[in-house]
Amino acid sequence: MKVDLNINGVERTVDVEPRTSLLDCLRGELALTGTRAGCEHGVCGACTILLDGEPVRSCLMFAVQADGYEITTIEGIAPAPGELSVVQDAFVEKHGMQCGYCTSGMVLAAHALLMRNANPTDEEIRDAISANLCRCTGYGQIVEAIRLAADNLAQSNVFPAERVR
Amino acid sequence: MTEQGFRYISKPRRVAEDRRFVVGRGRYAADIRRPGELAVALVPSQHPCARIVSIDASAALAMKGVRYVLTGEELAAATDPLMVGVDAPLVKRYPLAVGRTRYAGEWVAAVVAETRALAEDATEKVVVKYEPIEYVIDGEAAIAPDAPLVHPDHGSNIVLEKRFVWGEVDEDFAKAPHSLSYRVKWGRSSTVPIETFNLVAEWNPWQEILDVWASIQMPKYPDQIARALRIPYTSVRVHHDVDVGGSYGVKRGIKHTVLAGYLARTLGAPIRLIEDRLENMRAGDAHGPERLFDVEMAYDDDGRILSMRMRALDNVGAYIGRSPLQLGKPVGAIVGPYKIGSVAYHAMAVLSNKTPQEAVRGFGQSPTNYAIETGVEKVAEALGLDRLEVRRRNFVKKDEFPYLIPSGTSYDSGDYDAVADKVMAQIDWDALVAERDRLRGEGMLAGIGLSACLEPGGGNSAFEPLLNEKNLTTTWMESVRINVDALGGVTVAIHTTSSGQGHETLVSSCVGEVLEIDPDTIRVVRPDSLASLPSNSPVGSRMAIMMGGAAYRAAHKVKAKLIAVAAKNLDVAIDAVSYHDGNASAGGRTLSWMELVTICHRGYHKLPAGMDPGLEATDVMQVPGGERLPEQGRTQMYPCYSFEFHAILVVIDPALGKPDIRRYVIGHDCGTVINPHIVKGMTLGGIAHGIGASLFEEFAYDEEGQLLTQSFMDYLLPSSHEVPAVEIVHHVSPSPHTVFGQKGSGESGYLGSPAAISSAVNDAVRPLGIRFDALPIRISAIGDAVAEALEKTEGLQ
Repeated sequence: MKVDLNINGVERTVDVEPRTSLLDCLRGELALTGTRAGCEHGVCGACTILLDGEPVRSCLMFAVQADGYEITTIEGIAPAPGELSVVQDAFVEKHGMQCGYCTSGMVLAAHALLMRNANPTDEEIRDAISANLCRCTGYGQIVEAIRLAADNLAQSNVFPAERVR
Repeated sequence: MTEQGFRYISKPRRVAEDRRFVVGRGRYAADIRRPGELAVALVPSQHPCARIVSIDASAALAMKGVRYVLTGEELAAATDPLMVGVDAPLVKRYPLAVGRTRYAGEWVAAVVAETRALAEDATEKVVVKYEPIEYVIDGEAAIAPDAPLVHPDHGSNIVLEKRFVWGEVDEDFAKAPHSLSYRVKWGRSSTVPIETFNLVAEWNPWQEILDVWASIQMPKYPDQIARALRIPYTSVRVHHDVDVGGSYGVKRGIKHTVLAGYLARTLGAPIRLIEDRLENMRAGDAHGPERLFDVEMAYDDDGRILSMRMRALDNVGAYIGRSPLQLGKPVGAIVGPYKIGSVAYHAMAVLSNKTPQEAVRGFGQSPTNYAIETGVEKVAEALGLDRLEVRRRNFVKKDEFPYLIPSGTSYDSGDYDAVADKVMAQIDWDALVAERDRLRGEGMLAGIGLSACLEPGGGNSAFEPLLNEKNLTTTWMESVRINVDALGGVTVAIHTTSSGQGHETLVSSCVGEVLEIDPDTIRVVRPDSLASLPSNSPVGSRMAIMMGGAAYRAAHKVKAKLIAVAAKNLDVAIDAVSYHDGNASAGGRTLSWMELVTICHRGYHKLPAGMDPGLEATDVMQVPGGERLPEQGRTQMYPCYSFEFHAILVVIDPALGKPDIRRYVIGHDCGTVINPHIVKGMTLGGIAHGIGASLFEEFAYDEEGQLLTQSFMDYLLPSSHEVPAVEIVHHVSPSPHTVFGQKGSGESGYLGSPAAISSAVNDAVRPLGIRFDALPIRISAIGDAVAEALEKTEGLQ
């Protein structure tokens, strides 16, 4: 069936089986492969996307359910080709990753956190990423990266809603 | 070269790979799409052991979009069995069960369809008739004389049994004033990467070449595919420019690749085999060691351990590849960081009707370290001595390196006491003890954990000939090629995939250091396997040593050529030329990098006589010290030995049983650090992995032979809540065997954290008379044991 999806600010129409998950739709139909499949039962968070700004597991949602929402995937985060968002830059600065597989979900979870909480404590950061599993880093450098991103954002001069980018 | 003298090495520089990952531009195997591709889903065995009476695929084949159903009979007739790492040729292994199934979940048939969803639907229509056969799940039960045989043709469930005696063990035990014995068990867990094993295989029948994009971390991968598929090596092209979403040892995927490769050839279409989580957990053949240790230690009044006898029985599951070799690698650090004078080691790999194992981070070293450390603590307890003091009394001392251990391996360097001192200072030992006692006073169970261990690094494969006399392997080389183009740009080729280790950053740092050029300007590429030099992939904590070493050596070849060209054109002797920042000078005159490069690419008439034009160098590096076959059961295992010392505080609320790690300090010495961010990440990630293995993660089976923990709902991976903030203190004991003094660090943290956590939990529950001798120590086990102990105590009152 046909469904209209607003993805990273662009309207896309896709024709999918009703049982197609949003994850499979993004990766398969739309070639937005930055969203990863990890467990496909809603535990690992590798498939995290933002739905109206809130982190959601795209493996637990049908593509047809996403009609009418603003979907943000990792491809929609960098401000321009070759550039990095403040959060992405902080992940690089602190090496908040190794294999990169959980990174898309982690970056999106961090964006969602910093949109609603400009100055999170380490405990709040750990809470915000606790639904995203990482097997490489032990989370330490990811927490450091999000803290650095918050610090860097606090020193910037942009409006809160736009700050994260 | 001192650490301070480095320009790029040891500096906290950004990791080059990270830029593509943060924007979602990593390129993983599942991201590869090929026109006309078909998808595979697998039909799993319902039984731990059964004869396959018949497979009826007609209903599945009648479904729309279904192209093929492959059985083990067909596959076995057309392919050779997969490689077995030990001398057990009748333990035959194919990607699909042939004739009988040997573990629950084993792949019995493969369904190929236009989409994965259709293929999955069709698996339910494949009707398999089974005749259940007696099975064995437990490793000790499997060696009983009347145990059902997993592979009857082999005639036994033992696939490897080796007895080594290094030194005068019986005499040392007879002379020792004390001895003790104990049993510990390392539970079956694994690294469980977030990316399952994925691959795409495509056969071009006109060129007769199989293209493979796979999430692979496997030495000799193309060789094994070619042999099993009965095609030449030149007909397999593995694309190394694929990012691997975590591996830590297990992404070996031979059975998957032979299966997909056969289907691609048979059907003439690209084949996608993307494991789902269930397929991965129960039949990805990627479980880790499950090891029972029976240990005896002989020691003196001062707590000096004089001798050790160790039997290690590993339940390797239903089939074998390299997994039994994981009993061999620990031979190279069988005494840990201690001066144990003699050792008897009895290693057994035993078949059972469980999922096969694969190589897991540390290759058997972490379980062995857990077994040794448990004994050290028992010695201290038996003598009423301080645990740290007993470790110190047994440590190899700084001035005793190189130190030859009884099994024939020489440790390169270290200063274990200095690292322990730094950890004690960082954690403030007296305050930590006071804090533990304060918590105990408040009614909490609180314990301090310690562990000390080694990380062998430099990964050769010396355990292969040690465990199998027919195997004559004495090299495990690694290669790097450098090409300087006509515009002066530097491209470095590496010849393997990476799964998060930052190899692009490693080689650009090493080449930049030698050539004195900014590593960020260096392009790193990964040719496919047919264009590659020999590589043995990132196993055994080897790449800083081996790939870094080859990069260093290749860069020196480039530099030597530049200097020779400069000498000729400045008309001076070679040793009169000085090299700095890519330019070469002598007698006040300088030839710039671009001038030198231009001569190499354009000016043959300006080159020294006999020199080849162009500017490139290759280096194929041999593992330092790995030249010889074992002699009389002794061998030099790996060249480098990193050290780690853990000190932690664990608090358990007796009402909950949940261990809370309140403080975690690790002292780490891996010689010269090449990239501090990468080494830090490895260590922190290794500790998290060790927390999982010691408290949460287990592939648990029921008595019916069924895997109970098949999803992330019940196989529990530590989240950011379970992994605490960890403090790392550094020490640098450069290795004399490596180009910058570096050692391995890819297994750091994981090798000592399970021992430290066991130590802490046992310290916490000791006042209740409880002892945990098996990992993982689950919350439920702690809760139950504590409740029972408290009930008894209350009953007495």
